[in-house]
Formats: sequence, structure tokens, C-alpha cells
Amino acid sequence: MITTQKVLNGKFSLEMHTYGNGGEPLLFMHGAGGLMPVEPFLEDLGKHFKVYAPQFPGYGDSTGNEYIDDVADAVLFYHELMDELGIPTANIVGHSMGGMLAAEVAAFDIHRAKKLVLIAPAGFWIDETPIPDLFAAQLTEIAPLLFHDPNSPAAQMMTAIPSDFKALETMYVERVKRLATASKFLWPIPDRGLKKRAYRIHAPTLLLWGDDDKLIAPVYAKEFTSRIKNSKLELIKNAGHMVMYEQQEALVGAIRNFLKG
Amino acid sequence: MKFTWFHLMPYRFLPEDFKEKYHSVWVDIPRDLYDPKVGHRLYNDYLDQLEYADLMGFDGLGVNEHHQNAYGLMPSPNIMAAALTRRTRNANLVVLGNSIALYNPPIRVAEEFAMLDVISGGRLIAGFPVGTSMDTNFCYGEVPATIREKYYEAHDLIIKAWESKDVFSFNGKYTKLRYVNLWPKPLQQPRPPIWIPGGGSVETYDFCADHDYQYSFLSYFGYIAGKKVADGYWEVMAKKGKELNPFSLGFAQVVAVAETDEQAEKDYAAHMDYFYNRCLHVYDGFADAPGYRTVKTIKAGVLGQVGDRAAMRREGLKWKDFIDQGYVIAGSPKTVRERLREAMKSLNCGHLMLLQQIGSMPPELVRKSTSLFATEVMPHMRDLWSNFEDRWSPKRDLPQADFAKPANVHFQKTETNGTVRAAASASAEVRSSK
Repeated sequence: MITTQKVLNGKFSLEMHTYGNGGEPLLFMHGAGGLMPVEPFLEDLGKHFKVYAPQFPGYGDSTGNEYIDDVADAVLFYHELMDELGIPTANIVGHSMGGMLAAEVAAFDIHRAKKLVLIAPAGFWIDETPIPDLFAAQLTEIAPLLFHDPNSPAAQMMTAIPSDFKALETMYVERVKRLATASKFLWPIPDRGLKKRAYRIHAPTLLLWGDDDKLIAPVYAKEFTSRIKNSKLELIKNAGHMVMYEQQEALVGAIRNFLKG
Repeated sequence: MKFTWFHLMPYRFLPEDFKEKYHSVWVDIPRDLYDPKVGHRLYNDYLDQLEYADLMGFDGLGVNEHHQNAYGLMPSPNIMAAALTRRTRNANLVVLGNSIALYNPPIRVAEEFAMLDVISGGRLIAGFPVGTSMDTNFCYGEVPATIREKYYEAHDLIIKAWESKDVFSFNGKYTKLRYVNLWPKPLQQPRPPIWIPGGGSVETYDFCADHDYQYSFLSYFGYIAGKKVADGYWEVMAKKGKELNPFSLGFAQVVAVAETDEQAEKDYAAHMDYFYNRCLHVYDGFADAPGYRTVKTIKAGVLGQVGDRAAMRREGLKWKDFIDQGYVIAGSPKTVRERLREAMKSLNCGHLMLLQQIGSMPPELVRKSTSLFATEVMPHMRDLWSNFEDRWSPKRDLPQADFAKPANVHFQKTETNGTVRAAASASAEVRSSK
């Protein structure tokens, strides 16, 4: 279900995606690409949790992007959102850029995350294993970077170029809006100091990584597991960076086991 | 009509197969393609050419800023402008300009421009570009989403630093300074004229109109395609009730003159090809970082200067097409006179920025084209717009008597530790006799 969620008396107006009715609350933070109108893996998670998945300000119909310049602004925005949703503490799951922000939310205030799941999170930089420049990638180059199998239907669908001009323009403008917002946290190198703060994360933390992630290589997991006391890594076989579209079942299973365990 | 002789300072020796074999001329071009010994020759040739343009009576000498590329070898245009202050006397120095969001703190630009203005005797025209996406986002790491905000703040700081009578504090979002106190201050008071180079961002029209700055449209599509942008600018000016003064618009145009139209093709076609296919071979992913252009500009449908769509539009064009479509104005003096007059009239443009060294063009051809233009074209166009006042050029009101001349330097061999030294004894005499 998609509703409009106001935060701070309308300073932010969010396109809020919710899945499921019962179960423990779960806050999902999406990656730089944002949410699609329906996310099957969230639908799946919705069978076990009450999933809140807002489009970040600047994505889709969510407004208030101009009030967020950096990680601190983003973290306080999420803290405020959680309070207003009545879930000051919740399970938090984040993917890629969303994983980076989820880790920051948990580090800034150790009471926010009950448990934390980081799926191929950004937030670090290793000179020996540079992250390819997604901002400079052309549409034809994106699928091989993001997917284990760039020829799969999911990969093809995500990177399809509309032939209709109006649709193309809409897609292009939306893509620019989303990546411009992401650039506040990721440009030119996605290191905004998480390395100084990650030790603060107290919540039990699960790192999930596609074993064939060509964007943020699995070697980055060590940056997290070495700093977060109560953390472990599970690799997901035959998956690239977009784990949820390639190995939905394995991913949802791992999240469920961890959060229910 | 005023004329600025503009140099991009390209690297002239990229390999034949550059477009096919290499990723991009900008950002990640391999460093081993640059030979500093060749570079030494090029910089000195290029400065010679600008000095020659001064001698030939051009109103301005143009330089600009680009990074990590073979298209234009001036990471710091201020260094080139400084080199020009000493051996030129007449032309204005059009530094178009410094990408002010890149300097930390931006008063560095206010200081260097003030230095240039003082050294040159009040000849500086100060350009404030945002800078290309390649330069600012990819090479200098600026966040695309905030670069325009940072640019506007830097602008406000620089203007205040020039115009303020007193020491002041500046509490910006990007720059915080407890003491701003510009030494030296510009010779032109309160500040040099400001030109804003643009590539068609719609916000820039408003910015220029609101501050009474000159808008310089730097396009490589030529005057026919440029008309859309010029019309957009004049529309904004008219809507705001501003004077439609042609001198408030600058336009860059590739211009090449030879004895005849046929000779022009023979002389220049290969160098145009080099320019369009090698100097502008920019990887599409570097052309326009997400957030660099505003949604408003994207929706206005203004075509980017570089990248795939721009390249596609040029694909397969031959000399005749470049001429017919106005990318290039070239030919005999008569042809160039006619085309240029038509072009400047259709754009309502008073400041022409000529690109006369283009691509791989060697010094002797640059000299020929420049000389023919200066003697057989320029004088015939001076009458254009003579009924308008150019309020966007230096006033040049420093009295001749106060205008400092570089002194003659004696070179004399003095054997001190076996080294040869130059003595500037004459210099002291000239200065003290004044």
C-alpha cells in the first residue's frame, strides 16, 4: 500500500510504502536507485513483519530533499520519522546506500535499532578494491555492475530503456533526481566517517552480501564485521549487488531467521 | 562590435585512432599521452598567438579553466593571464573564467583577479563559470546536487570582498571567514566587469539579468543552433524589462579565414575534424553528472555540449556540413564578413569570442587566419552596434602616464660561480626617473 506520510508538520511529505498488517515493525531503507512501485521481496517480508518502506526525500513523490545535506541530517530525519510512526525502536534493514544510512542511524543513537540487517551496504572505501563509479555508468553498463546475471529478466527489466519519448524523459528526470540526492552521501567516494562511528552499533547485526557483487565487493563486509561487535556475515550464492531481485527467497529467509531468532 | 581572441589551448598531438581506442578526452585520459616537452612548446606557441592577437588589435584575449583533459590545457587560466599582462598592452584580459565553487575559500579568486587587474592596469574581465560537469564533479569531486548553491555563495562572497569598504565576517554554508579584507583590491573600482559563461542552463539567464552581468554563450554547435539559447536569453531580458543591449551577450564561434573558400577547406578541414572528433570525444557518463543540471534545464531540452547526443548530432558531418550548419564560419574574408554579420545580427550579439586556433591547427595557420581576420574582416564589422554603449568592458581610464611598462632587461655575463646572470640595472633607472 502506498500512502502519504507527513513528518515535522509537512516539512517532509513521504511516499510511504507499507507491506503486511501484523508482526514486528521493520523499517526498510532503500538504495541509491530507490523503490519500485511494488517490491516483491518486501511483499514477502510483509508476511512476517509490518514493513515501512519510505521513499527517501527527493525520490518519487517524497519531498524535503532540500533540508538534507549530509549524513547527520539524514539520520535525524529517520529518527524523527521513527518517532512519528510510533516505532522509536525497530528492526532496521537497509540496502546499499540505505545500508549505510541504517548503520549511521544505529550508530548515532544506539537505542534505535532492535536488530540491524545491512545488505551490501555502502559507507567505506578500500583503495585496493575501488567501487566502480555508478554515477558515470551508462544504462548499458549498469546491468553487468549490479547483477550476477545481467541477462536475467529482472536485470533486463530494471535497465530497460523506454522507446516512448515522454516516458524516456520522465525516467531520465526521475533518475537524475534520485542519483542527485544519493550524491549527497556517496559522491565522489561513499566514505562519510562511518569508520569513526560504527563501533557504536550495539544491535545484533547481520550482513548479507551477494557472493558476486561487482559494485561493492564482498571484501567490504570486513569493514563492518571488524567494527560491529555483535555482527556476522552471510554470503548469498549466485547474487550480485541487487540481491533481492536475484535471490529473493534466500534473502528473505536469512532476514527472517535472523530477526525471528 | 567587439572581438575577443579566445584560446582553448588544446593538446595538438592526440593519436589518429584516439576516438576509437580511447575512453574519453576528459577525466580519465591516459597520462602517457601528454609529453611535457611538447607541452613546453605548446604553451609558448599559444602565448605567442595571444600576444599576436593583441598586436593585431583584438579587443580581448580569452582564456579559461579546465581540468584533466587534452581539450584545454589550462587548469589555471590565471597563470596564462598573468603571463599575458607583461607583453600585451592593449587588449583586455578575458578570463572566462574561474570555476568559483572549486576554490576554498573562494576569496582566492577575488585575490588573484584583483592581482591580475592591478598588474594589467585595469584590463581584466572576470568570468565566473559553474564549470563543466567533467571539471567540477568528476575531476574536482564537487557534489553535483549542491554545486550550484555553492557557486552562488562563492559569488556573493567574492563580490562583497571586492566592494566592501571594511573588514567583514562571512558566515556562509560552505565558507566561514572571521576576517575578509581583500588586499590588493582591483584597480577597476569597485570591481572588474563580470561575464558569466554558460552552456544553456536556464537559471544563468536570470542570474545575468538580475545582476547586470554579460552572458557568454560558449557553444560548439555554432550560431544557427545557438540562436535558440540567445533567444531564450533575450526573452528573459525582455520579460525583466532590461535593455536589449547586444554587448550584454557574448558568443563563441569557430572562425577560420583563408585567401579563398577552397583554400580554407584545404587549410582547416583536418583541424576542425581533430577538434570535433578528438578534443570533444568525452565519454557520455562524464558529460552530465546527476544533479549537475537542474530539472528545469533538462526539461527545457537544451542539448549538452558534449556526450553522446552531441556527438550523434555531429556524426558523419563533413566540412561542407559544418559550414552549412554554422558550426564553423570559414572561407575567404568576404564569405566570413557576410556570414559573421548575419550571425551576429541574428543573435543580437555584441561580443564575439573567436576560436581561431582550433584542434591541431599549427602556428603558421593560426597566424594567417588571425591576420586575415584582423585586417580584412574586423574593420568591416566595427560599425555594428555602434549605437549601443558597451557597459561590460573595462573603462580603461588609467592615464597613459601611469601605465607601467616592463623595463628593458640587460643580459650581461657575470661569472659568479660559473653561472650566467641577468642584471636588470636599466629597470631601476627607468623606475627612479619616473
